[in-house]
Amino acid sequence: MISLDVISLELAIASSIGVLVFAGVYLTLRARSFDVILGMTLLSYATNLLIFSSGRLVVGKPPVIQPGVEATLANHTDPIPQALVLTAIVISFAMTAVTIVLAMRSRADNDSDHVDAGDVRDPRDDSR
Amino acid sequence: MTQLPILPILLPLLGAAVSLFVEHRRIGTVVQRSVAWTFMAAIVLVAILLVLRANEGPVLVYLLGDWPARIGIALMVDRLSALMVLTTSLLGVACLLHACSGWDRRAPHFHALFMLQLMGLNGAFLTGDIFNLFVFFEVMLIASYGLLLSGGRGVRMSAGLHYVVFNITASTLFLIALGLIYGVFGTLNMAELAERVANVPPASLPLAKATIGLLLVVFCAKAALLPLYLWLPETYTRAPAAVAALFAIMTKVGIYAVLRVSSLMLGNDAGAMAGYGWDWMLPAAVGGLALATLGVLAASRLRVLVAYVVLVSATTLFIAFGLRTAGTIAAGLYYLVHSSFVAAALFLVADLVRRGRGDAGDALRAFAPAAGVRVMAGVMFMIGAISVAGLPPLSGFVGKTLLLQAVPEAEIRWVWPALLGSSMLVIVGLTRAGTRIFWKPAPVQPSPPGDGPRNARGRLRLPETIATMLLLSYGVAMSVTPGPLTAYTRATAEQLLAPATYIDQVRGALQQERQP
Repeated sequence: MISLDVISLELAIASSIGVLVFAGVYLTLRARSFDVILGMTLLSYATNLLIFSSGRLVVGKPPVIQPGVEATLANHTDPIPQALVLTAIVISFAMTAVTIVLAMRSRADNDSDHVDAGDVRDPRDDSR
Repeated sequence: MTQLPILPILLPLLGAAVSLFVEHRRIGTVVQRSVAWTFMAAIVLVAILLVLRANEGPVLVYLLGDWPARIGIALMVDRLSALMVLTTSLLGVACLLHACSGWDRRAPHFHALFMLQLMGLNGAFLTGDIFNLFVFFEVMLIASYGLLLSGGRGVRMSAGLHYVVFNITASTLFLIALGLIYGVFGTLNMAELAERVANVPPASLPLAKATIGLLLVVFCAKAALLPLYLWLPETYTRAPAAVAALFAIMTKVGIYAVLRVSSLMLGNDAGAMAGYGWDWMLPAAVGGLALATLGVLAASRLRVLVAYVVLVSATTLFIAFGLRTAGTIAAGLYYLVHSSFVAAALFLVADLVRRGRGDAGDALRAFAPAAGVRVMAGVMFMIGAISVAGLPPLSGFVGKTLLLQAVPEAEIRWVWPALLGSSMLVIVGLTRAGTRIFWKPAPVQPSPPGDGPRNARGRLRLPETIATMLLLSYGVAMSVTPGPLTAYTRATAEQLLAPATYIDQVRGALQQERQP
């Protein structure tokens, strides 16, 4: 029997993934590198939630095998998505750091936070 | 020798760590370079052993941590992976040689990042687990960010930002696809996945198509297929020469992943999913070939031209693999090896030209000969251009002829015009570039004496010449004795088209030590 807990949990996770992706895509498509980085961070949060829920949402069951409990998915939650999420979090965290450093360096070198800063096709270059 | 499959990943990792230890200025470049070369030589040796081992036939399965293949991560070596690892290492030798002419002292952490890049590439070719493929993609990309950006400033920073943002977004899509794959199929091992894709219940078929489609979109983005290629010319143009040459194999990783996934999961045994994806990838490849060819004609600088040549070869490979016969896949693999070497050589030549021409750089509008490097670089450019355009007698000709011969009767009416037309326009573009840079000697303005430092940089350094010559000689060797390689690629194609044996061998791999 599916309890009301699981249904409301699924609703909450699904809608938060939706909202995060919406905001993330919008911000990623903006022209300031700061907004783009924020957008990618939100997208990676949404992805983490999605991977986490790919092992199905269960309430009140541990991912670690315990003595005395039969080691099947009926008694435990699937541990693999949690391991995957851990990898994904670490990588996206590191990548956010790299993009921030890169955006700051680009801003310092090109005097602009625009994603196309310093580009030869940038009309602002002609006025300089 | 049971540990052989892990060595192409462990050796560069170890090499990167040791390189970091000897990085201090006090220790000197001789030690740093000898460390790098020791590990590079070991990697090449292991890659050769791996090819010999894979050529015996059966797939080599290596269980990491001795977990059974359906639960833990497995490395798998078949002929295709071994060939890609060997290509990467041979390319790496030339790039390292070129970097040792001075770039490795200007870019901090060069040797460590270079080794990590090799590790990521080798790992992506060897892994048999699709999440592990993502991890090695990330290792490779993170190292490539470092290689691309270290020692750079200004415009290269914003070009680098584009590259990084594009790749992170693609990686996010990759993760979404992986999450959905685990949710739908419940496994991440590629062989196991192939089994489950073939038996997918009709109710989950649309979801299965969406997830695999998302995966293919990601690989196509890395391989720069039609709508997703705009990042490539800018990035490759801004990269330092040795790094751009190594990047010539990076688009091939995406193509390798498409080939691996489509041969394993979307082959003829895949039931409802058989051949899925190619009905939009093939038209995109033909369109991409046309646009990349126009890019070769329209390029304003030599390095942009070479970047578009990389695109031409990538789309040609998509067409070859998309026809899905043993003959075209075998020809495509030969062409893949050839085009990696030749494109890398052309990037190195373009860098020589840029330095040799002083203020004119590698712009194609100026009729300025590359004073200091004209004869040598001209000869190398000519060999590379003949090879890449597919003129006899070099390796490009062999590859394209094999491909054209292998095209099935029904497809000839569109494949031949596309491939031959693009070859002709590429010849026109390369001839134009060669004429403007090397041949037109008339208005030689002797550089003013005050231009000293710029001119002094224009001389050829010995390692650079040897590196370029080495890459070109790979191509020449491939055209002088094509027999062994074509036999090998033929066997590879047959192995790829029979995924059932591959899947059985992976599933049958037994644990060595213990049951968990």
